[in-house]
Amino acid sequence: MVPQSPALVVVVPLIFAFLSLLFGWWRKGLSYPITLIALSLSFLASIYCLYTVLTTGTIHYYLGKWEPPWGIEYVVDHLNGFILVIVSFVGLMAAISSRRVVEKELPEKVVYFYTLFLLQVTGFLGIVITGDMFNLYVFLEIASLAGYALIAVGEDGAPFASFNYLIFGTIGACFYLLGVGYLYIKTGSLNMADLKEILPALYQSKVLMVAFAFFLVGVSLKMALFPLHVWLPDAYTYAPSAVSALLAPLMTKVGAYVMIRILFTVFEPHFSIELIPATTILGWMAAGAILFGALLALAQSDVKRMLAYILVGEVGYIALGVGLANRNGLTGAILHILNDSIMMLALFLIVAAIMYRSGDREIPGLRYMHRRMPFTMAVLVIAGLSVIGIPPTCGFFSKWYLVLGAIDANKWVFVAVLLISSLLNVILFFRVIENAYLEPREEEVHEGVEVAVAIEEAPLSLLLPILIAGAGILSLGILSGEIISSVIRFAVPAGF
Amino acid sequence: MFDFILSKYNYWIYIVMMMIGFYAMIGKKNLVKKIIGINIFQTAIIVFFISTAVKKGGTLPIIEHAHGHGSHAVEVASYINPLPHVLMLTAIVVMVSTLGVALAIAIQIYRRYNTLEEDEILEQRKWSHNLLR
Repeated sequence: MVPQSPALVVVVPLIFAFLSLLFGWWRKGLSYPITLIALSLSFLASIYCLYTVLTTGTIHYYLGKWEPPWGIEYVVDHLNGFILVIVSFVGLMAAISSRRVVEKELPEKVVYFYTLFLLQVTGFLGIVITGDMFNLYVFLEIASLAGYALIAVGEDGAPFASFNYLIFGTIGACFYLLGVGYLYIKTGSLNMADLKEILPALYQSKVLMVAFAFFLVGVSLKMALFPLHVWLPDAYTYAPSAVSALLAPLMTKVGAYVMIRILFTVFEPHFSIELIPATTILGWMAAGAILFGALLALAQSDVKRMLAYILVGEVGYIALGVGLANRNGLTGAILHILNDSIMMLALFLIVAAIMYRSGDREIPGLRYMHRRMPFTMAVLVIAGLSVIGIPPTCGFFSKWYLVLGAIDANKWVFVAVLLISSLLNVILFFRVIENAYLEPREEEVHEGVEVAVAIEEAPLSLLLPILIAGAGILSLGILSGEIISSVIRFAVPAGF
Repeated sequence: MFDFILSKYNYWIYIVMMMIGFYAMIGKKNLVKKIIGINIFQTAIIVFFISTAVKKGGTLPIIEHAHGHGSHAVEVASYINPLPHVLMLTAIVVMVSTLGVALAIAIQIYRRYNTLEEDEILEQRKWSHNLLR
């Protein structure tokens, strides 16, 4: 079993997706435990992969013993081993939390929900683990198609939002495929490691530049980088709560990973930074994303929609780290992939809990919430502080590295953008926290009678992941030095 | 100039098809026309990939009665590259599933709004939104 662990990471959720469908037809209640078993196994396998990488170095796994560059190869190095663990962990947490939420929001579609959920996670894990350009396209489409379907079953505006997402997502995937085609014409290879060897001799070729442009636009569409983010707010607002909790933390992060891979592994940093000023453009787009996301989030009164715009800004942080293209910047970007996954998981789960208990997502509707759901609201405060970037929460440390990177790159504008966005986030979260925690003013209380509010916490299956995510935000912040020195230091692409 | 266009006509067809598909996806208001646009766009990509595989005078990449007889050196230039074809078989599967999902979502939209025109749907959504306030 152990030498096969890279394959098991992907194959287990894929097979269990169909098993959960079969057993789900027989007994509806079985699909939830089957999903949990599959994701736990996948999580264990990915932890084992990361452990092997840390102790013995990069894993190369040849599917069906076909050697690269002909066969499909799974490669696990420090970068994607790290992200594999994040993806499988967030997937598992989202699955645990989904039980009651799905029963309430999608009572007739429970079985199909879990099948699609597993396919979605399979797609994410496959994108991260594969070392083959075309295989990545296939997994990208598996993840996207499952995502369109999952979003479309949501509330009133969901099918239309999902359709728009489908149009943009298909354009993104088609551009990526065209990029693969152009690279293949020039090099005759689809294996990432092989391409890395062949490409430097061809860096002056125009075909390569076209391929690069297609990749950049295609992947930016998938990761919702400003100004290509237009599909995101609608899709993640109207999606079922359990789906937002899975998609929002992961889809954009996986896209960011693909971006880092293509910019710095398939192409060399020399090409992406100097021959084509891709990283400079990326930096400015990211700065736009950070400001635009925070400003539009201010205009929202719906908590979930506000979070969706905050997510647009968070994608900007990661892209900014990539765009700075120096050691500190990339450390910040990779650390932020971890931190933001946990923060977004916590925040979207909290929204799911609020929706489950009160069905009202408007910010004024949060009144008395701290008395109804004390634990959930405590985690909301922690997650909010982390998005703002206050130590010792984890959000502080990735922002710290981004600021250091911006100073190293001598780009003081980006330092200013990072600080301004932190201030905007303060306003955003204090608006929410104020409503949830402060009592209504005297004149609003009916004739001085205290309104009795009973404690009505989220169900345990939902509360547990929220508390784990909250504890994760704090402990990742405290352990961030450890994480950087043992994993991320090696995960930063060669050449920095 | 004319020669340049004519000698690489398959690539020009791919570009024109891609632009038609792209326009339909972005510019058309009807959701089914958008879906047709997706399909044209993806078909253009198939044309592109297959074009890259073609060699003048190339034949099938199969050695007849290979076992025992196939020990002779294979001249690569006389065989069509099979790999893009294989890639496109996979891509076709992906495209069919995209089409399926898109049509299913379109049916959902039609059930909810009784129309497939984008502006009419937006109008209805705005109306229901105001009603909720």
